[in-house]
Amino acid sequence: MIEIKNIHKSFGDNHVLNNISFKFEKGKTNLIIGESGSGKTTLLRILIGLHKIDQGEVLYDGRDFNQLNSKEKRKLRQEIGVLFQRGALYDFMNVEENIMFPLTMFTNQSYEEKIERVNNCLERVNLQNNNNLKISELSGGMIKRVSIARAIAMKPKYLLCDEPNSGLDPRTAIIIDNLIKEISIEDDITTIVNTHDMNSVMEIGDSIAYINNGQISWTGNKDELLQSNNKQLNNFVFASKLFKRLKNT
Amino acid sequence: MKSVLTQIGQYFLMLNKTFSFPEKKSVFLKQFNLELEKIGLNSLGIVTIISFFIGAVVSIQTAFNFESPIYPKYLIGYATRESLILEFCPTMLALILAGKVGSNIASEIGSMRVTEQIDALEIMGVNSASFLILPKIFATVLFFPILIILSITIGLIGGWVGCQTAGITSASFMYGIKYEFNAFYVTYCLIKITVFAFIISSVSSYFGYYTNGGALDVGRSSTKAVVYSSIIVLIFNFLLTDLLLA
Repeated sequence: MIEIKNIHKSFGDNHVLNNISFKFEKGKTNLIIGESGSGKTTLLRILIGLHKIDQGEVLYDGRDFNQLNSKEKRKLRQEIGVLFQRGALYDFMNVEENIMFPLTMFTNQSYEEKIERVNNCLERVNLQNNNNLKISELSGGMIKRVSIARAIAMKPKYLLCDEPNSGLDPRTAIIIDNLIKEISIEDDITTIVNTHDMNSVMEIGDSIAYINNGQISWTGNKDELLQSNNKQLNNFVFASKLFKRLKNT
Repeated sequence: MKSVLTQIGQYFLMLNKTFSFPEKKSVFLKQFNLELEKIGLNSLGIVTIISFFIGAVVSIQTAFNFESPIYPKYLIGYATRESLILEFCPTMLALILAGKVGSNIASEIGSMRVTEQIDALEIMGVNSASFLILPKIFATVLFFPILIILSITIGLIGGWVGCQTAGITSASFMYGIKYEFNAFYVTYCLIKITVFAFIISSVSSYFGYYTNGGALDVGRSSTKAVVYSSIIVLIFNFLLTDLLLA
């Protein structure tokens, strides 16, 4: 479980996050939703330690990330798998080398063991036998899937995804969403997905936190979302005619 | 002024982060070999071409200026050798390599920064500066002196070809090349190129590593890397010459 307590973050005079607290539960897909500029990417970057917080706590199963020394932080980071918005695959490596990279850096596994794990991960994301493809040869959906494979290579306890289906067609987006949900349940990991895609919310939203103006203004799950009377949330979620109709039925 | 001091401070912080013991020796060696090929071997062509023509032009220009019968003809070979070893090969090639290698390093690291590849390394717990920059610095510092030795050799061959067109005999030119040879000049040349190699690779890495924004900013970083490393090379050229020869 990841818990954030009273998080404050500002960039100069711009207060991006203001007293945010939330629990991201294990074995569930926890969604952070909100409009562009609402602070959700900042929150995700705080969770993975790319931004320092002004105040508050980030607890990974009770371990306060900001109180850890560099060695402990490094160890904790090996328990976190991150899926970046644009994949962030190393373009000087091929698919196999990308997935194998964390194993090479942080384990003493033999080449055979590593290749077995790489093939398992590729099979998991339905990309078996694509080991030698270059990153430039991959489609948008394949990039996301290889990124997921790399993120799960070290069998992480936490999986953090930044807009995993941005730029994907609706069908591929659903495949990616379901893959993330499946991995979260089967591997019993704490998954956080940062998204503003309403299809994702309806598809995989086990636990949802809505951020508005740097504060969490609503929490619940996808079923509760449909019944919510929060005006800002409704304006955001049911912005399209299709979703308005869905809410009214 | 504050911004300049901030940048200098950031540069040294980056170097401090870079010069740490590699996390996995095998990974470092693999990266180092890749950089040797990218930075060193891929520069052989341009170094050979430039050195040959510089050598040829220097010898022709020297011959043109030493037309008077008072000057012995072997001075053309002597002047060509001294010009190549003392200045043309180390400094001019460093400036050219600042353009080729420097822009390559800055744009490569800059692209990795804007596409979140460096963030991905950091999140995994990898020291991104050490992983990306250290092999580049090692490769340049190790390979640039080799390139310069090659450059001097090719430059002298070019000088000999130039002399043929200027009507100077091979014997005179060869005598001039060997005349009053001071081995310290080669040491001076190698010291200079080693320092220049470090400047080019570290300054370019700095501009790439701290790139912010998108593709346009990668281009800007690349241009800054070439401009700043060239200026710093010229400043250090003056300082080293003053220290070692004056």
